Amino acid sequence: MKFTYFPGCSLKGSGRAYEESLLAVCKQLGVELEELDDWNCCGATAYMAVSERQAFGLAARNLALAEQKPHELIAPCSSCYMVLKKTQKYLVEYPKIGQEVHEALSRGGLKYAGTTKIRHPLDVLVNDIGLDAIKKQVKMPLKGFKVAPYYGCQIVRPYADFDDQYDPVLMDKLFKALGAEVVKYPLKTRCCGGSLTGTLPEAGLGLSFHILREAQRRGANVLATVCPLCQFNLDAYQRDMTNKYEPVHMPIVYFTQLMGLAFGMDAKTLGLQRGIISIEPLLKKQEVVA
Amino acid sequence: MTTTIRQTIKYDAERDRNFPKEIMARHGCEKLYGCIQCGTCSATCPVSSYMDHTPRQLMALTRAGFKKEVLSSLTIWLCASCYACTVDCPKEIKITDIMYALKRRAIEDGVYPKRFPIPILAREFFKMVKNRGRITENELAVRMFLQSNWFAMMNTWRLGLNLLRTGRFSMKPETMDRPEKLASLFQEGGPR
Repeated sequence: MKFTYFPGCSLKGSGRAYEESLLAVCKQLGVELEELDDWNCCGATAYMAVSERQAFGLAARNLALAEQKPHELIAPCSSCYMVLKKTQKYLVEYPKIGQEVHEALSRGGLKYAGTTKIRHPLDVLVNDIGLDAIKKQVKMPLKGFKVAPYYGCQIVRPYADFDDQYDPVLMDKLFKALGAEVVKYPLKTRCCGGSLTGTLPEAGLGLSFHILREAQRRGANVLATVCPLCQFNLDAYQRDMTNKYEPVHMPIVYFTQLMGLAFGMDAKTLGLQRGIISIEPLLKKQEVVA
Repeated sequence: MTTTIRQTIKYDAERDRNFPKEIMARHGCEKLYGCIQCGTCSATCPVSSYMDHTPRQLMALTRAGFKKEVLSSLTIWLCASCYACTVDCPKEIKITDIMYALKRRAIEDGVYPKRFPIPILAREFFKMVKNRGRITENELAVRMFLQSNWFAMMNTWRLGLNLLRTGRFSMKPETMDRPEKLASLFQEGGPR
């Protein structure tokens, strides 16, 4: 099984552990990822605040490049995933956007027919590869892991194509298959603050704090995400949250890192040393159980 | 303690009747007049308690044409694009898209708060993508701080060290091999 891979800027920057673990886990499961050639930033949430036409154009260029390949497109970052989906939809729903974007693309020698299938790796791994195939790879079940499955906003909003919009469950099922305990976690789709945590901590920090406090109250000892910005906000500011509100302390991992751990891969291959809040104590616990 | 009484009476003279029509002409904003002021958006918004006008109030002000009040409101910049309001709105108004349209209009009219970090981040993000096609996160953060509140950057030294320690700090700028390939997307008409 082969996919075109759109990493996005974060997976080459602060979220590189997501790329490392995704590539390792996909390889193990026989999923081949080919990086999209000379891709550009999807525009995220910031570009749309400045220029709508250019924002759609930027996202559409990636879709046009991906359309030249015979594979579906995988976008692991929630923001990239949503922006690409929204662009594909709006190019059709709003003929004026479609026309402007097609003109801009054709000036650059590209065309886009609108057929690129955009997928999130959580969808691909759980629904295409399947839990049975995943279970077969488990060598070190995640005993002692109490996971809060945190989905965040943009893989379920505004479009929910592969999971329930209000109560997504794919990660819940996945982690159970990996041998972990999954805590009941009602804040699974609440916003982490997005870029506000960096721009306006007075507001953003509180949002991230609520996510973590609830995970702690529910007895989780690790929180898993599908998005590099969620991971960053929840991991990098725990000291600030502790100083401002109440003590919070929890390692924040990508769902692919938990898969790799259960597959018996070493922590470094999965980029686990990149967590600002160390996962070491939990790993020791797993070794004792194993 | 002194108490200041805010003027709360709104006058017809402050209204710009064309403003709601101009906003509704933008993509995703066409259902603005369908708003029934139920407050679902304000209830579901995770940031509404930090806003000067809640999303429901902002919809009412926009529809009534209070252009100056709407465009200078911090509410539009506080929207984190989580799409909760858009999904939950019973009248299927794409409130997130309206927030984007208002941000763009505020930038076009030059009325956004000048040293407020959020529009500065948007502008620097825009420039960086134009030049290199990709974003280098730590550099973007530094540029934002330098133009908004460089003093606040002093407090992020620990975060910087943590990112260095964990190998998450980009030492060289992320860039496309050939960013000039994007030129055709930036031609004609300027931003809109």
